[in-house]
Amino acid sequence: MYKIVRKKVLNPTVTQMEILAPLVAKKAKPGQFIILRTDEDGERIPLTVAGTDPEEGTVKIIFQVVGGTTEKLNHMNQGDSLQDFVGPLGRPTETEGIKKVCIVGGGVGCAIAMPVAQEFHRLGADVTSIIGFRSKDLLILEDEFRACSNKLVVMSDDGSYGRHGNVTVPLKEMLEAGEKFDLIITIGPLIMMKFVTLTAKPFGVPVTVSMNPIMIDGTGMCGGCRLTLIKDGKPVTKFACVDGPDFNGYEVDFDEAMSRSRMYFGFERKSHESICNLYKQEAR
Amino acid sequence: MALDPKKHEMPVQDAVVRGKNFDEVALGYTKEVAIAEAQRCLNCKNRPCVSGCPVNISIPEFIAEIKKGEFEEAYRIINKTSSLPAVCGRVCPQETQCESKCTLGIKYESVGIGRLERFVADWHNEHATEKPAKPAPNGHKVAIVGSGPSGLTCAGDLAKKGYAVTVYEALHTAGGVLVYGIPEFRLPKKIVAKEVQTLKDLGVDFQENVVIGKTLTIDELFEMGNEAVFVGSGAGLPRFQGIPGESLKGVYSANEFLTRSNLMKAYRDVNDTPIMKGGKVIVSGGGNVAMDAARTALRLGAEVHIVYRRSMAELPARKEEVEHAEEEGIHFDILTDIKEILGFHNPDDPRDERNGFVTGVRCVKTQLGEPDEKGRRRPVDIPGSDFVLEADTVVIAIGTSPNPLIKDTTPGLEINSHGGIIVNEDGLTSRKGIYAGGDAVTGAATVISAMGAGKTAAAAIDEYLSK
Repeated sequence: MYKIVRKKVLNPTVTQMEILAPLVAKKAKPGQFIILRTDEDGERIPLTVAGTDPEEGTVKIIFQVVGGTTEKLNHMNQGDSLQDFVGPLGRPTETEGIKKVCIVGGGVGCAIAMPVAQEFHRLGADVTSIIGFRSKDLLILEDEFRACSNKLVVMSDDGSYGRHGNVTVPLKEMLEAGEKFDLIITIGPLIMMKFVTLTAKPFGVPVTVSMNPIMIDGTGMCGGCRLTLIKDGKPVTKFACVDGPDFNGYEVDFDEAMSRSRMYFGFERKSHESICNLYKQEAR
Repeated sequence: MALDPKKHEMPVQDAVVRGKNFDEVALGYTKEVAIAEAQRCLNCKNRPCVSGCPVNISIPEFIAEIKKGEFEEAYRIINKTSSLPAVCGRVCPQETQCESKCTLGIKYESVGIGRLERFVADWHNEHATEKPAKPAPNGHKVAIVGSGPSGLTCAGDLAKKGYAVTVYEALHTAGGVLVYGIPEFRLPKKIVAKEVQTLKDLGVDFQENVVIGKTLTIDELFEMGNEAVFVGSGAGLPRFQGIPGESLKGVYSANEFLTRSNLMKAYRDVNDTPIMKGGKVIVSGGGNVAMDAARTALRLGAEVHIVYRRSMAELPARKEEVEHAEEEGIHFDILTDIKEILGFHNPDDPRDERNGFVTGVRCVKTQLGEPDEKGRRRPVDIPGSDFVLEADTVVIAIGTSPNPLIKDTTPGLEINSHGGIIVNEDGLTSRKGIYAGGDAVTGAATVISAMGAGKTAAAAIDEYLSK
């Protein structure tokens, strides 16, 4: 069992937890993920590591309530224990040789982008961060990004905070103004990562995207997390859990990935509703 | 007494009834039937059956105890060489191993050795109350990577000799393929749990949720005081066919489909893990894993077709599994090769929720041509024989390729061109103190051959550390 040491609500749908898992805390690097189960009948879900404290032996996770399991997780509190917590899985984000980087995060993806930005900052790179949210009340981690970025742009879809518009708007302006990034790293909804890649393409800047598909074991066994890369015009199947989660944005077949991410949409909706109803009954 | 030319039938659940539940298919011998079957054994002096067993169980000796009704003694004899008798009695291909060497089998049906082994193990699990005595520690520490059949066997053999053994498992439950791969109706999970508990009683420590190669490396296991490491990490990445449509929604690898049902218990409504069920399921492949996937899909309520590109005679699965599958109503579309998986596409509405889901497979009929390098006749497409089979789910069961996690993080560990770890006859790898066995070495094979490898490695580790 893995104890929840601290819990913090970041916004109405996003929660941060620190979990006691000393072996994982010792090893995890930015870009890697963990898999957890809340209880004996729970499903295994992957969550990217949002930070570690190796001395305390804790791992930080940040999640958005989207389905049954995250709803259950959100109802757990400091002092409760998770059934299972395994990692770190996947490959860490490549940082070598990067002097000037642009980090583009969207929504809860910013939670994953934050430790990556911090790592580049620690390594002495020039960090530009563009973070976007639907609206002001969904904003997270602004102070953390400010602390590790040479330049920070906050965007909101509805204009309720920061600049109005998508993350691709300032990215395009910067690229057109002649900013020379060695690498753009984008983490967030698939559709956003697709458009960040398309925005960067005319400027020839390498783009790394962080994929977060449906997984079970996370060690390469099930193949559920497979995605297609187009290399030299040919499709190549890769497993996000062992080959990723970071991939070259120009090679990823985003449309397929978006379709696959909706495989259990019907189940997920039903499961979320039934779990919500359970909590409502308990509350009565 | 006249010798019965046939072995005693294994009682099974009715085919129609069992197609709707996940309870075990084979029900096991009663005491009376076991004794009667044991009496068919000729107790040959040269013991040919023993040479057919990868772990050299003293077969005539344990059968002799069954004849006398001394079932616990029979168990003790089996347990001397096998750590997992209740498992082997169920999933070993005895017909190609011990039973294929049985003298009776020359003229009649061989003795039902597997069925007797199962009876003895079940009898012990039901009646024995004594826990095995913990052996005196010998002061040596060994780590085992993976809790599948090879790892459990290696752990058991070493623990019995007094080694302090720690087994590391990447998943949340110990048992490896016995838990995530082989379905409940063929191997109830409580039997695996019981065998694991027996090892715990012997003093073996199990650490679940530790991925060797990620959470810890093999070199760190040595730094932690282990003097030898056995790698039984199993087969790995599922293979796909490389045909169009394999990324459509509703296409699973057999590993994923079985893991969802077995390990995650998606077949039970109370569990959170989803699985596609019902409708029409196509399973591509003809091995034991394909049979397991097909029979699981059937129990989840589907109409199931196995599509295999050779004929019934070439099916690599055990005969018994094929027979069970046929009895349960699984369709065999043989001499058929899948060329493409077809999906739904509404050109007028990209938001149509059905878009990207499987609708069928495009197949071609085949005929058998010249034998390949393994001597199996190669399937050749019959031109113009294309046809479409409707499907809601497609399960690809054509094998696996080795997992790279351990080789990538263990400098000096040599692997072959297929990605399997290279070992000598003792299971020793290219690195001192690191042994390996099972599917991680051979690629996908049987439970018992993995157990044999675990046993060989345990003996070699004992010799290495006793020096």
